Order: sequence, then C-alpha cells, then structure tokens
Amino acid sequence: MRRWAWIPVLAGLVLAWEAWVQLRDVPDYLLPAPSAIAQALWDERSTLASQALVTLREMLLGFAAAVAAGLAAAVVMQRLPWLRTALYPLLVGSQSVPVVAIAPLLVIYLGFGLAPKVLIVALVCFFPVTANALDGFASAPAELRSTMRTLNASERATFWRIELPWAAPRIFTGARIAASYAAVAALFSEYAGGSGGLADSMHDQYDTALVGAAIVLLAALALALFALVTVVERLAIPWAREP
Amino acid sequence: MIETRADKAVAIDAVGHGFGALRVLEDVSLSLEAGQRLAVVGPSGCGKSTLLRLVAGLEQPAGGRIAVGDREDPAGRLAGCALMPQNDLLLPWRSAIDNAGLGLVNAGLGRAEARRAAAPLFERFGLSGFESTAPRELSGGMRQRVAFLRTLLAGKGVLLLDEPFAALDALTREELQSWLVEALAQEPRTVLLVTHDVGEALRSCDRIAVLSARPGRVVLEADTADVGRDQVLEALRR
Repeated sequence: MRRWAWIPVLAGLVLAWEAWVQLRDVPDYLLPAPSAIAQALWDERSTLASQALVTLREMLLGFAAAVAAGLAAAVVMQRLPWLRTALYPLLVGSQSVPVVAIAPLLVIYLGFGLAPKVLIVALVCFFPVTANALDGFASAPAELRSTMRTLNASERATFWRIELPWAAPRIFTGARIAASYAAVAALFSEYAGGSGGLADSMHDQYDTALVGAAIVLLAALALALFALVTVVERLAIPWAREP
Repeated sequence: MIETRADKAVAIDAVGHGFGALRVLEDVSLSLEAGQRLAVVGPSGCGKSTLLRLVAGLEQPAGGRIAVGDREDPAGRLAGCALMPQNDLLLPWRSAIDNAGLGLVNAGLGRAEARRAAAPLFERFGLSGFESTAPRELSGGMRQRVAFLRTLLAGKGVLLLDEPFAALDALTREELQSWLVEALAQEPRTVLLVTHDVGEALRSCDRIAVLSARPGRVVLEADTADVGRDQVLEALRR
C-alpha cells in the first residue's frame, strides 16, 4: 500500500528525534522530545481542544469566504475582459503585500472579534483560487470553443457549459493550496490581536512542549481541511479522476 | 435557368486566405447543392481545415466570398453550419446522450427534451444502451458516432466534417465510413468532408475536390462516380 508509505517515514523521524533528544540530553527549551509534546497534548487536552475549535472556525470561515469571493472574482473577470485587464495586474501585485504586516491595521479597523481574523485568512487564501480559476477558464481547447459556436452556443452558454466545468479541476487545485495556507493564516490573525485560539498556547516560548503540541494540532487542522477539499472534489467532479 | 447564389447550399467563390505572410488558400471556388456531399482531399497543411473554418464563419476570408444558403455574413454562415472536429471533444462530465443533445440545449431546449430528441437516433444508429455511458467508457469509434450525432442534432443544414475518422484504427475507420453513409442516407444533409483518405472521400461523397500543397488551389473537381482512385492520387501528386 504505497499511499500509507508516509506512516513509517513519520514514525522513523519521530523515533530519531526522540532518540536524539534523549541520548544527547538536549534541554527542552531548545528542543522538546516528541514524548514531552505528547505529554503536553494529553495534559492540556481540554484547553488545546477549545483553542483548536476557535482556530478551526477562523480557518473555515476565512477559507469559505476566500473560495466564494475568489471564484466570483474570477468569473466576473473572465466574463468582462476589460475588467480583467484593469484589475488582474493589481491583484497579482497585491500578493506582495505581507498580510502579517497589515494584520494589526485590520484589527484596528475591525476590532478584536472574529471579523478581522476571517478577513486575514480570506486575504491569504483568495489569490490561489482566483488565479487557478482564471487559468482553468482559459484551458478549454480552442477547437472545442469553435465547435460549440457552431452548435448554437452563445458566449454565455460556452462559459457555463464548457469553460467553467473545464476549469473545475484547476479550481479545486487552487482551493487545496488555499486550504494549506488557511491554518498559518489563522495563526497570523491570532497573533495580531486577542484570540482564544491555538496562538495562545504558543506565546510562552519556554514551554516548548506546549508550543509543539499546538503546532501538532494546527498541522492536523490544516491536513483535515486539505482532506475535506479532496473529498468534496471527488464527489463533485468524479469525471475528472483518471480511470 | 440562370443559377443564382441562393440556389446553392454552400458557395465558395475565389477565396484566398493566409496567416500573415503565409498563403494558405488561393483562388478556391467550390459549390454544393443542397443535400450534396463534397469531399475535399489534399496534403497536410494545404488549408483544408482552414476552409471549413471559413465556411463556418469562424473566420473571414482575406479575399473572395463565401455564402451558406443566402447568407454571406459570418453570423449567418455560423447559423447554417455545424462542425465536427477531428478529435471528438466530447464533454467528460456529460453522458453520451447529453453530449449528443448539446446543440439542442444550447438552442434553448431543456435537458429532458434534448434527450427525447436524441434517443431515437441512438436507437437507429447503433448506440442504444450507451445513452447514459460516460464518454471515457466508450471506444474511439463509439465516441465518433456520438460526436457525429451531436453535429447532426444541432439542426443545421450543412455539416462540416474535419477528418472525422482520422484518429481511428483502420478497421474501425472503415466500419464508421459505412456507418456514416448509412446515417446520411437516413438523415440527408449537405456535407463538406475534409479528409486525407482518398478511399473515404470516394466512398462517402458524391463529389470530390483535390487541393494542391500550400497554398491550396483546386487541382481536380469531379463527381466521385466519374473518377477513380488513381486519378485522384495522380492529382494529389501534381
């Protein structure tokens, strides 16, 4: 079973890490042993669980907003080429604005509640969806577009019946990339202002075992969102899978 | 009686075309009566597919005139023609019958109505039982049948077939050629068939036109009943 090959690899890495820390007596403020992280996960389970739920909510709302807005923006830009010419270069340029740097501003504008956090996650996740959708729309073969025109299709029909479904696998690729950003983006947003999320367990840099436990949970959330997108993709566009 | 342009289903008159400095077609004149089938053969790159795109109104010729029925404008030509590309280009997310009915749905019919219109053709043309099959589960020959029905069901008077069977193996190709003749006997249309297969041209069509290497000019035009394979090959070598 090749798809499970990551399990022995992960187990090997964790064991080597544990052995390194134990045999070399590495102090835990430099590197906590996996066993210490596991212990912290267990000891702080109720706090960590409630923090993970907070972070998960920020991730899900931000990600959903990013997919909806990113897809809508791509559809509008595809249907109105002048708007694409006017906006897309700016959108690409905007990606060099570090969200970490503007996050405190968003907190000032929107307060310490959920809104700025969802917005920060959405800002980080938005672009991969839009860019992949736009590339996807353009990937329908020219010959198919020509053929569609001779089959009574208006431009509008060509978009909805050809370009959009043709782009679907690319859109899901964009969503998967966005999903993998969402966890770290949620953490940024929590650092920027008051949270109750997993960032709270990362503030004490000397309690490295607890930081490690929070990171493990964050990774689990990221993986879960990634897996969710993959499952939705398989259900939504079964035809796109290789036979 | 003096023949007028409108008597022809397709009239191509002194058409020349090119892309930049590249001359693709030169002084091509051909015409088809309604219900007639004309095969255009020629070496690769002689502008056969371009000719179809010009007739379909997907492009405007640089010189000369093209009429489909009584319409010379691109939109009018587009309204009169349906194109079948070399690769079937069926939509993988639609079943065979929904692919076949695409032109009807585009024209405003509901999906159920389109299926009802396509179903009898599936019966008659050897596709019954495959209605809800996904394209990728069909053989190459079956896919081309569905692609042809899609072209037929678009409801146009003129069918433009661009090397429709070129991608098939020899055996399937011959089978589909007879199938096509049979289908067109039941559902007569004006057909412009582009092919590099001389046998296919002679078997499937009433008339044949041979184009020279680029820039394509008509070097032979005849009823298929009046020419033999050797004459066509001779013209192709010229």
